Amino acid sequence: MNALRRHRALSRIWASDPGLRGWFTTVNHTDLGRMFLAVAVFFFVVGGILAMLIRAQLASPRSAFLGPDHYNQVLTMHGTIMMFLFAIPLFEGLAVYLLPKMLGTRDLAFPRLTAYGFWCYVFGGAMMVFSLLAGVAPDSGWFMYPPLSSTIGAPGINPDFWLIGITFVEISAISAAVEITVTVLRYRAPGMSLSKMPIFAWYALVTAVMILTGFPPLILGSILLELERAFGMPFFQVAAGGDALLWQHLFWLFGHPEVYIIFLPAAGAISTILPVMARTTLMGYGWIVAAAVSLGVLSFGLWVHHMFTTGIPHMGLAFFSAASTLVAVPTAVQIFAWIGTLSKGRPSLHLPMLWLLAFFATFVIGGLTGVMVAIVPFDWQAHDTYFIVAHLHYVLIGGFVFPMLAALYYWMPHFTGRKTYFKLGNTAFWLVFFGFHGTFLLLHWAGLLGMRRRIDTYEAGQGWEAINLIASISGFVMAIGFALVLIDVVINAVVAIRGSRDPWKAGTLEWAMPTPSAPYNFASLPHVTSRDPLYDDPELPVRLARGEGYLGDPGRARRETISVEIASGAPRYITVFPGNTALPMLMSAITGLFFLGMLLKTYWLVPISASGVIACALYWVWSLGGTTREGPLPVGRGPDLLTAAETADPPGWWGSIFLLLANGTFFGSLLFGYVFLWTIAPNWPPPNFAEPGLGIGLTALAGAALTALGTRWRPGAALLFAAPGLVALAVTGVMTLMLVPDPTAHAYDATLWVLIGYGLLHQPWHS
Amino acid sequence: MIATLWWVLLIGATLIFLFVAGLIVWAWRRPPGEVSERRFVVWLGLAFPITVLVALLGYGLVVGERLLPRAGPEVVEVRAEARQWEWRFGYADAPGRETENLLHIPAARPVDVAITSIDVIHSFWVPRLAGKLDAVPGHVNVLRIEADRPGRYEGLSAEFNGVGYRDHRFTVIAHDAEGWQTFLQGETP
Ligand code: HEM
Ligand SMILES: [Cu+2]
Ligand SMILES: [Cu+2]
Repeated sequence: MNALRRHRALSRIWASDPGLRGWFTTVNHTDLGRMFLAVAVFFFVVGGILAMLIRAQLASPRSAFLGPDHYNQVLTMHGTIMMFLFAIPLFEGLAVYLLPKMLGTRDLAFPRLTAYGFWCYVFGGAMMVFSLLAGVAPDSGWFMYPPLSSTIGAPGINPDFWLIGITFVEISAISAAVEITVTVLRYRAPGMSLSKMPIFAWYALVTAVMILTGFPPLILGSILLELERAFGMPFFQVAAGGDALLWQHLFWLFGHPEVYIIFLPAAGAISTILPVMARTTLMGYGWIVAAAVSLGVLSFGLWVHHMFTTGIPHMGLAFFSAASTLVAVPTAVQIFAWIGTLSKGRPSLHLPMLWLLAFFATFVIGGLTGVMVAIVPFDWQAHDTYFIVAHLHYVLIGGFVFPMLAALYYWMPHFTGRKTYFKLGNTAFWLVFFGFHGTFLLLHWAGLLGMRRRIDTYEAGQGWEAINLIASISGFVMAIGFALVLIDVVINAVVAIRGSRDPWKAGTLEWAMPTPSAPYNFASLPHVTSRDPLYDDPELPVRLARGEGYLGDPGRARRETISVEIASGAPRYITVFPGNTALPMLMSAITGLFFLGMLLKTYWLVPISASGVIACALYWVWSLGGTTREGPLPVGRGPDLLTAAETADPPGWWGSIFLLLANGTFFGSLLFGYVFLWTIAPNWPPPNFAEPGLGIGLTALAGAALTALGTRWRPGAALLFAAPGLVALAVTGVMTLMLVPDPTAHAYDATLWVLIGYGLLHQPWHS
Repeated sequence: MIATLWWVLLIGATLIFLFVAGLIVWAWRRPPGEVSERRFVVWLGLAFPITVLVALLGYGLVVGERLLPRAGPEVVEVRAEARQWEWRFGYADAPGRETENLLHIPAARPVDVAITSIDVIHSFWVPRLAGKLDAVPGHVNVLRIEADRPGRYEGLSAEFNGVGYRDHRFTVIAHDAEGWQTFLQGETP
């Protein structure tokens, strides 16, 4: 079989459905990665337009362009869209598109989950856009502090859009994170041990695990706040035993790691691109991995620095101040390793490198102002002023947007298969660079002069007018720059000439395929022996196309790839991927109905759509198939392998493990909330505690024992024990609920309801 | 003191920024060839930031310590209660007195402001007298302020609190000793 026939055969197996239908039924990571990226860019444009409205309003004092009501919506949606609908999904899109190609495999671990996550993102994002167009967008600021965002401060539907829409979008982040974790750990080219992984994969792995542990506190907070808003369960109302500060802890427990969830993928792109631009290899691979991991861990211990002005005890301030400055260390390790890389190579000034230099100039300033605000007495002055606004944009635009633009220009030849031909990108670069610093540099000063963030307009004569006018004009220059980048990309994608396969002479595997890539990525999978396989063997792409690697024979006519041992990368089994299906989209649409039911308070829709989702999920699991035993099969090289279904730890098992990790942090956050209310909230203890009688205890014990017995047994007998066990447990739940008085009476009662609800929801899963 | 802190931070940050920028220029121009990984990662990446940060933290803690309220007979106690979009102030030395959007204090004496809120979260901030501290419903946070000389000082709410946020302000009037006594006796000057 020659390369062309192999290409045709593999394409038939892996291609998405033709035409319009293909958009909705594709489960292919290349397609979905592109769709993710396109939608994220769309939201960047929306967020950018909102930013321009903000700058237009603030250009002059006493501006009547937007009233406070509209300004607050525009401001809240700008922050919300940029953080949740642009930055995180852009990382997801990049990882979905790139990871399998870099790792030398054919798709992500759970193709249908990729699609499900994508559609949740689209539908959730659509909800948010709708609220904006209808003029009922959230308006309490992007961190949604209650009581301002609760019924006391915002009786309308606005915050509900945020709480429900963002939770819906969060599903996509969690799915992508599970997907990325399992893919990096188990789906690599044979021979690629952990220490031979491309550095980007390490960053993606750390980021994904951080999403799994960082998002659950926010999801919990959103659920609690929505319960308070919809049913009056007083988690954040101090009079009834709640505490507004609980929200701040849950939010920043998510919010600070979020900043690193945004920065780490960008750092991954830098660590990948910079050595190639400098025609050398990365300095200190091991150090950089260690730095990324320690950033990930440290960032969970810093959240309180967002709350320095809330009246945190003295010792707490000192501790969190020290911890916050400490994160500068792993960041410095990376920065200096990058500079070391530059110095040992021969850098050349291509467009991606130009963006990386802009990253250095900008991000270092953002990091230094970050250290400043970690010093408590300074933060007491700077907090909630434009100093913070300037700082956060230096970090987010310098540390995320600029590296992502480097990534865009670096991988564009891969996306399009064309040379970047037109030089519009250079003009765009200078407009964005000077526009950015013109907008934000002086705003630090405005902050120190006392300009508070989130004010909708200001009086003349406070010394801010010139700064704000310059900021607004520069803001528009920057916007023109971004528009030019978009035009540049479109022109280059459409009319530029075909380029060579590996234009930058990089060593990683994504360049070992024809571009734009075929749906199956590699005609056969490489055997990897170093970090830069293409440097060792420049002929590798040709040999892979000729079918000299693993799984080069499309004879079994199904989507196959190889899963490996986590540490060593030795081949373990063959994974068979599912084909095209509209099930993920259907399931996320029904999930959308569930959220819509809550949003519109049409509660009959909620159980119906929940059953719909469960039905879809059951069908999903059932259609995983693979029940016939095939025994070891040839894979073209090395020993024969079993298929995943015949092994003890198939990919699904690994997926569940990481879902459980997210679930565990969710439960941990719930307990944290309980303890926090108990110890810190002013109006505790509650007037009366629930007192479980002996009956409940016995039923619970019996139920638990029966269920446990049932799960140990073979399927038939299991039902015999598990079913009555579950019933007993359910009865316990109901009995307990009847014990607990009205959940709106006190935060204690409300918390018990949530704990019991959590327990009830989890019974079927644990059996 | 905060102003000195700011200048120290600014100058330090500028120096570090120039150092990093210079290093990049050097790295760019240097002919290719192996360099010591240790020098970059261990010395520049670890030792350098740790030294700077330890010094900075020490300095920050000392400044923070000096700003700390200390008890004493001199200290005047007042109460600040925020609501959308108003401030109400009460005085330990004049029970029953309440002023709206106008806080009276004696000049040249330490004042402890007990801050709370009855609806959403606000923040009490008089930029020329001290840093900010939040007004959280159900909690009372105490902020030490002190005005060196008599006069009017502008006060602001510094935590976003809805459509009236921009104009949610108050004024602090610092009296001389005599003016303060007059105020306490109920004859607002
Ligand atoms: C395109 C250029 C951008 C401009 C001109 C811009 C401008 C602004 C301004 C002026 C504010 C403060 C408004 C206020 O406090 O009243 C703001 C807030 C904010 N921006 Fe941007 N921004 C831009 C891009 C971004 C990006 C790329 C991100 C994130 C990835 C981002 C995230 C935020 C956040 C989180 C806030 C805080 C919102 C809040 O206080 O609730 N911005 N932006
Ligand atoms: Cu933070
Ligand atoms: Cu604040």
